[in-house]
Amino acid sequence: MPALRIGVLAIQGDFAAHQTMLAGLGAEAVAVRSPAELLELDGLVIPGGESTTISKGMARDGLDEAVRALSEAGTPVMGSCAGMIVCDREHLGLADYRCRRNAFGRQLQSFERDLLVEGLGDEPIRAVFIRAPWVEQHGPSVEVLAEVDGHPVAVRDANVLSVAFHAELTDDSRLHAYFMALCTTGMSSASRPGMPGASRGMPWAGA
Amino acid sequence: MAERATFRLKTGLAEMLKGGVIMDVVDAEQAKIAEESGACAVMALERVPADIRADGGVARMSNPAMIKAIQETVTIPVMAKARIGHFAEAQVLQSLEVDYIDESEVLTPADESNHIEKLAFEVPFVCGATDLGEALRRIGEGAAMIRSKGEAGTGNIVEAVRHMRSITSGIRQLGSAPTETLAAAAKELRSPLDVVQEVAEHGRLPVPLFCAGGIATPADAALMMQLGAEGNFVGSGIFKSEDPERRARAIVEATTHFEDPERVAQASMALGEAMPGLEIEALAADGGLLQTRGS
Repeated sequence: MPALRIGVLAIQGDFAAHQTMLAGLGAEAVAVRSPAELLELDGLVIPGGESTTISKGMARDGLDEAVRALSEAGTPVMGSCAGMIVCDREHLGLADYRCRRNAFGRQLQSFERDLLVEGLGDEPIRAVFIRAPWVEQHGPSVEVLAEVDGHPVAVRDANVLSVAFHAELTDDSRLHAYFMALCTTGMSSASRPGMPGASRGMPWAGA
Repeated sequence: MAERATFRLKTGLAEMLKGGVIMDVVDAEQAKIAEESGACAVMALERVPADIRADGGVARMSNPAMIKAIQETVTIPVMAKARIGHFAEAQVLQSLEVDYIDESEVLTPADESNHIEKLAFEVPFVCGATDLGEALRRIGEGAAMIRSKGEAGTGNIVEAVRHMRSITSGIRQLGSAPTETLAAAAKELRSPLDVVQEVAEHGRLPVPLFCAGGIATPADAALMMQLGAEGNFVGSGIFKSEDPERRARAIVEATTHFEDPERVAQASMALGEAMPGLEIEALAADGGLLQTRGS
């Protein structure tokens, strides 16, 4: 089987760390800076960084529309930290949730802790939260995979997987492996089991 | 169970700034312009380096009221500068909850022999360096991010190029050095052996490396990224130019698309005048170099 081809949005942020993690799992990890580079991807990672910088850069480069189209066509997208914000209702609208930015506070409140994430097995992962958001509100199609103090910090809505923390800054590659498994299951979202709302339309995404 | 202020969290924020532009601002209004232009962070300071240079006198930490006003205005990280060795200024900045402290040669040094003991702080620090040894000494003191010093406030990129080349070629040399020579290398670099060993093993710094000091144009930003910078600080280059907002956007675009000359060309059009530039040799003759402070 040929290697999965996973794009990592490289407008700004820690895209290189994600590329290293994905390459370590055998994927072809390509930096994406233009719509043309989205062609023939099996999945896309939107990394941590500054969400305002990334959003503005995506709009400038025509990547907002292109990434929406990619996601609508069924290609899995993983957002991490700023990427989680970029995927939300108020930004690209790829998934049915809304984030609270810098929800845990400024850098002095940044923290790392062990976190059990549904789907990643019984061992907690070391989750690194840096000026992190949380999910403030979400629709019924959103499955919460992990919480901190009652706030969702890992969620999945059909083909969109979003986490508020950074697994790519650790040696634990289970989250990226989980995302690559989503990408492997193929383009047809209906064929993936256990995904509430996988086949429903996303009315906010097509406008 | 939850840990704060680990080295991973300190370098982690700098990881999130990669590929971006950190802009010097002197008030909330400039901070807003910077954020709207795509800055990934702002550096709060009382005067931009070009004005510090022109005004002379002692340059100190910014007014806390100004820093607070900037924090209330933008959602991107807010950094602020402390004088070299002035740990009380750093304590004040930490109490204000700035996201990063720049222990900076642009301000007048407070201690001629010692830098701030950065490991003792919870807030992360960025420090300037002219060569690898200087970078590794700062990392040994606890810096979680390194930037070239360049020569701030000149609009002249030549010193930043020298410093970036010196740091990256030093890293390459260590990367190929036999392990039994590392103790001697540490002595020569006047740097802690454990940090030297780490650089030799991984072939890179254990913290992100940015460029600072002299960027005035989109092409300057692209040059530094191609020379190995992982992001750019821009000081006087933006708010001392004719059209700060447009120039800020252009430098942000060139920092992302640094490998695409057509994009850099496009970004460089219709920007108005760049900041006025200064010759380094004339400055050196007057004893006006900032980069020699706190080596």
